[in-house]
Amino acid sequence: MAAPTADRQALGSKSANNPLRVKGRDLPFPLNIYQTAVGKKWVMAVTGLMLVGFVIAHMLGNMKLYLGVVEHNGEMIYDADIYAEFLRELLVPLAPHGVVLWLLRLGLLAAFGLHIHSAYSLTRMNASSNRTYESKRDWLAANFASRTMRYTGTIVLAYLIFHLADLTWGWIPNTEWEHGAVQSNVVNSLSNPAIALIYIVANIMVAVHLYHGVYSMFQSLGINNPQYNGLRRGIATGLAVVILLGNVSFPIAVLFNIIDFDPALLGPAG
Amino acid sequence: MSRRLNLTLKVWRQEGPAANGHFEVYKANEIPDDASFLEMLDIVNEGLIAEGHTPIEFPHDCREGICGTCGVMINGRAHGQEKGTATCQLHMRKFNDGDTIVIEPWRAAAFPIVRDLVVDRSPLDKIVEAGGYISAPTGTAPDANEIPIPKEVADSAMDAAACIGCAACVAACPNSAAQLFTSAKIWHLNSLPQGQAERYRRTEAMVETMEEFFGSCTNHGECSEACPKEISQDFIAYMNRDYIKSKVVNRRLAGQR
Repeated sequence: MAAPTADRQALGSKSANNPLRVKGRDLPFPLNIYQTAVGKKWVMAVTGLMLVGFVIAHMLGNMKLYLGVVEHNGEMIYDADIYAEFLRELLVPLAPHGVVLWLLRLGLLAAFGLHIHSAYSLTRMNASSNRTYESKRDWLAANFASRTMRYTGTIVLAYLIFHLADLTWGWIPNTEWEHGAVQSNVVNSLSNPAIALIYIVANIMVAVHLYHGVYSMFQSLGINNPQYNGLRRGIATGLAVVILLGNVSFPIAVLFNIIDFDPALLGPAG
Repeated sequence: MSRRLNLTLKVWRQEGPAANGHFEVYKANEIPDDASFLEMLDIVNEGLIAEGHTPIEFPHDCREGICGTCGVMINGRAHGQEKGTATCQLHMRKFNDGDTIVIEPWRAAAFPIVRDLVVDRSPLDKIVEAGGYISAPTGTAPDANEIPIPKEVADSAMDAAACIGCAACVAACPNSAAQLFTSAKIWHLNSLPQGQAERYRRTEAMVETMEEFFGSCTNHGECSEACPKEISQDFIAYMNRDYIKSKVVNRRLAGQR
């Protein structure tokens, strides 16, 4: 039988009285909020809310793909292309062409950056705090979505980069890409079944991520009233389903020629 | 008539904090189903002592579900399969003859194993020391109802105060977070008039002490499922709200001249 005192000494820095980590010097307010885990979760929830807003707006914008060609200033042109130009023209002439869109993009970029950084540093904190069980443990409340946030998040990030390379930068070889020609770029890209499959799978990942993310957001922000808490699960599930159905519909509609691109329809009206 | 159960136990044995642990298999024969889980371990230990072996060290004290000392992982669940039940209140009639029961200590980086199934939970004390109290002049006992407290507020505070500090929430959490414990201790005082004076100082200090030892909350909800007092995750949301507020309020107070 080992003596308890010897054990204590052998334990050294592993003693329960020694913190796993010590908080460093406080940064000036409000940066000090981001120094703590509860603060990071708050930032993650706020940026997550911004990103959800973007995903909804992006999906609604994409609905223009279904509208086909419309008459615009005496010319037949695809509605999606008009919408893309509208985004660049936001608040013109108050702001120069494209500036507001870039401000929105910078905001999004900052939200993505903070969302990813807080996720990364909290994941590391949790890994260092946890010790796994040697035997099989049961999960009673955690679900697939909640346990795979870091994986679905990483997949969504990889997809996001692919999506930008595909349709914003036109880097994917063998697809004809032209700056600003939204309808033709989308149809050219998604009529390739392999690329369509990537979009479908990735959007399922987005929905799984949102199923837990939106629910979790309420809790992290402290939005809680026992009388209405059931709504939080409903809102999260509803949003995930709406975004899943909306976003997955685009690649499928292209594959079935519901969304198509026909240059013959373009040109002067009448 | 009480049944008699013959069980196989797979128990984590570990000499001390720095030693390597392993599972040891024991036969627990002729266990009366009226026995509690801890009494079952007592019976096994009596057998081990009679054979000259070292008995299994396990945490226990009041054995009536209110002290929070006991608690082990039983078949992959904190405090076993019964909801809202501490290990001491789990009875052997909930098991079947021939069952194999796997028993493991709580696992968290902040809880070193003292021996076998006993872990050192003093980091929870550190959190309470940081602010889980009120500073009140303790003269003679005040008159009853001198401080009016609405029934709903008293109920909410009592629900939070039901926490016995057993650490099942930490044990069940995949991040080893102590959010449920800390939020219960915070809300127990933050919801009551007596706790208002130190509300934001308390919240900031307790949360930041918690984060020195434990992980962060990912809102799985495993903690509430494991809690023998069925404490709600709602308190975690209240704590999150008060914490962000504390950063603003305490900053304003720091500027006070």
